[in-house]
Amino acid sequence: MTPYDKLIFELSKEQRIGASLGPISSEFILDNSIPLSLKRQKETYLPEVSELDVVRHYSNVSRKNFGIETGFYPLGSCTMKYNPKINEEMSDIPGIKNIHPLQPVSSAQGSLQIYYETAQMLSELSGMHTFSLNPYAGAQGELAGLMIMKAYHHKKGNKHKTKVIVPDSAHGTNPASATVAGFEIVEVKSNKDGTVNIKSLKEAISDDIAGIMLTNPNTLGIFEKDILKVKRLIHQVDGLLYYDGANLNALLGYARPGDMGFDIIHINLHKTFSTPHGGGGPGSGPVGVCKKLKDFLPSPLVEKKRNQFALVNPKDSIGHVSSFYGNFSVIIKAYSYMMTLGKENLSKVGALSVLNANYIKESLKNYYHLPIKGLCKHEVVFDGLIDKSSGVTTLDVAKRMLDFGVHPPTIYFPLVFHQSLMIEPVENESKETLDHFIGIMKDIALEAKTNPDYLKSAPHTTVVRRLDEVQAARKPIVKYTDL
Amino acid sequence: MFKYFPHTDKDIQEMLDKIGVNTLDDLFLDIPKQLKRPDYKLDRGLSEIELRNHFSGLAKKNKELVIFRGAGAYDHYIPSIIPHIVRREEFLTAYTPYQPEIAQGTLQYIFEFQSMITDLTGMDVTNASMYDGSTAAAEAMFMATSQTKKPRILISNTVFPHVIEVIKTYALYRNIEVVMVSEKDGLTDLMDLSTKTLDFAGFIGQTPNKYGLVEDFTEASELVKKDNGIMIVYADPQVLRVIKSPREMGADIACGDAQSLGVPLSFGGAYLGYLATTDKLLRKMPGRICGITKDVDGKRGFVLTLQAREQHIRREKANSNICSNQSLMALWVTVYLSIMGKQGLKEVNDHCFANSHYLESELIKTGLFSKVHEGFYIKEFVLKTSLDIDKLESYLLKKGYLSGLKMDEDKIAFSVTEKRTKEEIDTFVSLIRGFKA
Repeated sequence: MTPYDKLIFELSKEQRIGASLGPISSEFILDNSIPLSLKRQKETYLPEVSELDVVRHYSNVSRKNFGIETGFYPLGSCTMKYNPKINEEMSDIPGIKNIHPLQPVSSAQGSLQIYYETAQMLSELSGMHTFSLNPYAGAQGELAGLMIMKAYHHKKGNKHKTKVIVPDSAHGTNPASATVAGFEIVEVKSNKDGTVNIKSLKEAISDDIAGIMLTNPNTLGIFEKDILKVKRLIHQVDGLLYYDGANLNALLGYARPGDMGFDIIHINLHKTFSTPHGGGGPGSGPVGVCKKLKDFLPSPLVEKKRNQFALVNPKDSIGHVSSFYGNFSVIIKAYSYMMTLGKENLSKVGALSVLNANYIKESLKNYYHLPIKGLCKHEVVFDGLIDKSSGVTTLDVAKRMLDFGVHPPTIYFPLVFHQSLMIEPVENESKETLDHFIGIMKDIALEAKTNPDYLKSAPHTTVVRRLDEVQAARKPIVKYTDL
Repeated sequence: MFKYFPHTDKDIQEMLDKIGVNTLDDLFLDIPKQLKRPDYKLDRGLSEIELRNHFSGLAKKNKELVIFRGAGAYDHYIPSIIPHIVRREEFLTAYTPYQPEIAQGTLQYIFEFQSMITDLTGMDVTNASMYDGSTAAAEAMFMATSQTKKPRILISNTVFPHVIEVIKTYALYRNIEVVMVSEKDGLTDLMDLSTKTLDFAGFIGQTPNKYGLVEDFTEASELVKKDNGIMIVYADPQVLRVIKSPREMGADIACGDAQSLGVPLSFGGAYLGYLATTDKLLRKMPGRICGITKDVDGKRGFVLTLQAREQHIRREKANSNICSNQSLMALWVTVYLSIMGKQGLKEVNDHCFANSHYLESELIKTGLFSKVHEGFYIKEFVLKTSLDIDKLESYLLKKGYLSGLKMDEDKIAFSVTEKRTKEEIDTFVSLIRGFKA
């Protein structure tokens, strides 16, 4: 069957309609009242299509996508886990969905309870004192966290603390967030396994350091064994430790950032707590802090007073980072997930995800170059094929996987290796799925020897083949009328 | 065993054997002992039946109301097909489209979203969506300060307070000075603006503004541009089908919240912001952008483009730290604009206008309210009243109605969408009469 390739505008035909609202029930007519000076001049080209046109169009468009329910999605550092249906349904209950953000709090106690209890559970799982769920995404949680860092130092009169340490292995958002929050970046070299190089760290530390940003396990999936040393060094100059929660999944049941000495943390709810990635959002990036920083959290917070929930603005709040209370419908899904797992199963998440990652590592280490030996946490990083003589690159391997109905791992990140393939299998995946994936990876490694040209021109079975990204950037066509 | 975990004891043992360790705990021996496993103070997990019951209890603690309040979150009608399409798993459970060959679905709707937003705003380019309207406005401010190299921004006093709050938060930590422009008769005071534009990166104005009044920023744009500033128009996209577009007013950047395009209220989120600009400022824009290209066989396809602006490539030199967007909400809006189409979107405005003006005239007839502004509005308006606004709110709440938003001791802002029936409006007015009696 030929894949569907129409744009909604290409279905449009004058006079067709997809919706109608019925007769108007008063004598007030917009067209008679709008002043000419305020009237839109240029016609729009919004589509004129029937309801079936729209339904069929988007159903066909959806089939050009690959989701978790379609197949295995071992995307490193992105934690693509199963998105339970019940969570979706709970966020869609009318009494939960149809609540106006500016309703009096007495009429929104159910929503406020969800907010409050979610924050409490996140505090318990991470070892932090208080959480704000207002940030809309992990990156915004980072930004809020760094604003808290700045506000803390300003309050203490430490205006000279203008620098934040970011290891070279950090996620790209870390330096970007620190810059947006108005800090200078001090980049510190990591060890070969991506852990902090204590010697370089010591050299970088001075009195103008406001804090450090780390993720643990790090971007190579390795636990930061010297974390307590790092904590002592940073706290010695009254710096704060910021925890990037992207990799928190690996620790559930085993360790808590708060106990390691982290002062500020963001959690990507969509990763660790299973809310759908939605093709790139909406996510949610709650920011949590230790006790001494609780008054700096973004406004408002939900507090419980005699069984009533209320909105309060923390005393030294950095201000508002979202219009209302963040991506509330996403928070509901994470809440539903935590309530479903409960204590006993939240404690098993880390163990099973780490088991899966190490199983893949052991099964593929004779086919793909494994630069870091020993145990990994939730993800494993290979540095391309062991046998590189064919010239087959990591990009070729990734593209070939598309033909086998598996989403490729993250590629070319972390940047410390030239041919990074970063695999994160998560706890929901069965041994059978992993074995199937391992089989495909081995077949591709073999194919690199027997038929490298076929690999280099992959994918062969997708709706489109390799796309010319250079052309797209050189002459951007970003809307229908550019065509 | 647990329903989301597929591992049997035998699987676990086989896998541990392959790895060469004895127990699951051995996988964590690299974690220092003093950071040992916590015993979470949490409750046991709930079955699906228990969870459902728990949520029904929570929903009962909320009150679903007949809504006459807006202030940036509007109770518009949501056509039935939207949630069905948006919940298709291929959309819902997909990742950011970094592997374009198997993400053509996501990329295509982003392209359609971009086309519709540029169409409504009249701008040249837009991105794949922002977190919400207020953060979009803050990012627009960054674009302006970066383009002009002037760390000062002007904001009209008629912009929503929650938008100003977020802009101020972002500005403070970037050392950007925010200066307010005063209002006159419910609109931006152009006299005040004209004395302030020198040495500012730009000006942010809103239409319809916080009072619901449609503002024309054509003259403001001229004032701002005379001093090489950037004109930023924050607009409700729902009304752009009928009112002058930001581009037609001379905007360099258009931004706002697209919740009004059929997105559920959901206690304030998930919503989505939009940010659109001219070709000139394209490379200053934050966030994802989708473009069209060809594959090796010459077939049309979509990719994320101009990624050199983004955090995963430019790190601390990136335009912003935004690493994702509100993709699924962008799909929501794209399906909404497709199903409503050119005609339906016009009808929404016709109905909002008819309903809100009917409510206004009925409220004035009670003798308890009087007009405050003379300007033109579509769905939101402010009236002056001698009633105790807080008590009125509590009284209406008990009857199942969400009253207008208190703006001032004696001013209240009502919002009426196409969803309100004549019966609801009549009951609302008679309840208010009853409150007084």
